[in-house]
Amino acid sequence: MAIISNATTIADAGAFSVSLGSMVLIKTITVSSAAGTVSFVNGTSSVVLNNTYPIYLFKFINIHPSADDGGLAVNFSVDTGSNYNVAKTSTNFEAYADEGDSDVAVNYSTSGDLAQGTGVQHLTGISSKMGYDNDQSASGELFLFNPSSTTFVKHFISEFNQSDYRNYTWRRNVAGYCNTTSAVDAAQFSMTSGNIDSGIFKLYGIKDS
Amino acid sequence: MGVISNGTTLLDAGAIDSGVPTGAMVLIDTVTVTNAGNITFDGSLATGFSSAYKEYIFKLIDIHPAATGADYTFQVGTSSDTDFDQTITSTHFRAFHNEAGNTTSLAYSASHDLAQSTSAQILFNGVGAENDESCVGTLHIFDPTSTTFVKHFIFSGTQYQQSDYAIAHHVAGYFNTTTALDRITFFFSSGNQAGTIKMYGIK
Repeated sequence: MAIISNATTIADAGAFSVSLGSMVLIKTITVSSAAGTVSFVNGTSSVVLNNTYPIYLFKFINIHPSADDGGLAVNFSVDTGSNYNVAKTSTNFEAYADEGDSDVAVNYSTSGDLAQGTGVQHLTGISSKMGYDNDQSASGELFLFNPSSTTFVKHFISEFNQSDYRNYTWRRNVAGYCNTTSAVDAAQFSMTSGNIDSGIFKLYGIKDS
Repeated sequence: MGVISNGTTLLDAGAIDSGVPTGAMVLIDTVTVTNAGNITFDGSLATGFSSAYKEYIFKLIDIHPAATGADYTFQVGTSSDTDFDQTITSTHFRAFHNEAGNTTSLAYSASHDLAQSTSAQILFNGVGAENDESCVGTLHIFDPTSTTFVKHFIFSGTQYQQSDYAIAHHVAGYFNTTTALDRITFFFSSGNQAGTIKMYGIK
């Protein structure tokens, strides 16, 4: 039975007909004890990472490392997490400033980009290691566009701010593509050294209609 | 009484059922001013920060200064320190291009970042005040009520500068405090402002 108000169908066939918002929270993973990886695999643990949405958005809230040595990184899978080794070509640039106001710059980061690399893509860290003092962390977001396409490569764009272990603020912007026409159906996050000590990882889907 | 359609509960107990996917980006408040010193979200005129959301997004829409050449800035405060003077360390880089087409740049802007300063953070510099001149941008603030971590922020925006430049600003950093933030204010370094700021919470 449809629900109709003032000649407008509000709901029908078990779903709302009116818009309830275009950004849908799919999954939250909260790390509260040391973890080597955090994975979002389509079809596992209520994760949706397929053709349901044209754009996926990961949010990262206060990712805290277990050591002053490394940064957060991502890799992607085309076989629901059996292998995280998709070839990627990317750009990576950074802006940093220390709390003492003696060292500031904006630079391209050749050590953080990839040229058909199948290893992890750095999202934070690299020349700037994430700080692991109790109040230090990194927060940011990562967009993944049309991962289920079997026609196009899969573009991604990320933006983070982090506390560096030497008491710098460090902004990092990464963008590129997974150079595959296979559907990407899983993403995995890890530290380039040590574990993820704590943090909140969220996955959203952005509706196209 | 619940509202059930085709076997699916849509409404119950005075709210949309928890099983119905709803928008995760929630418009919390909109403030539009025509001639005001500050736009402030502090729980008095508009909603301030709470632990309900782990991220807040502010959309700055056609912010227009009363006086030409002023810098647009923001600062935050806490329930115990309401003076909008938290310690900030930040980066700031800009890309600019003038209408004459003979000046371009992409560079770090050392005069607009902060190093353990309690000054307001500059988002736009030298904004034009002619009728069609304004600035727009998006500011993310992560987990402002945390009592464990510093609070990161990331901003990107673009402006019409007083000497007829387009300037794209990229600002990021952290409020170096483990005290929960509960308020934020936006203002020009001199003179009043017109414009709209929308505040969203991300579930």
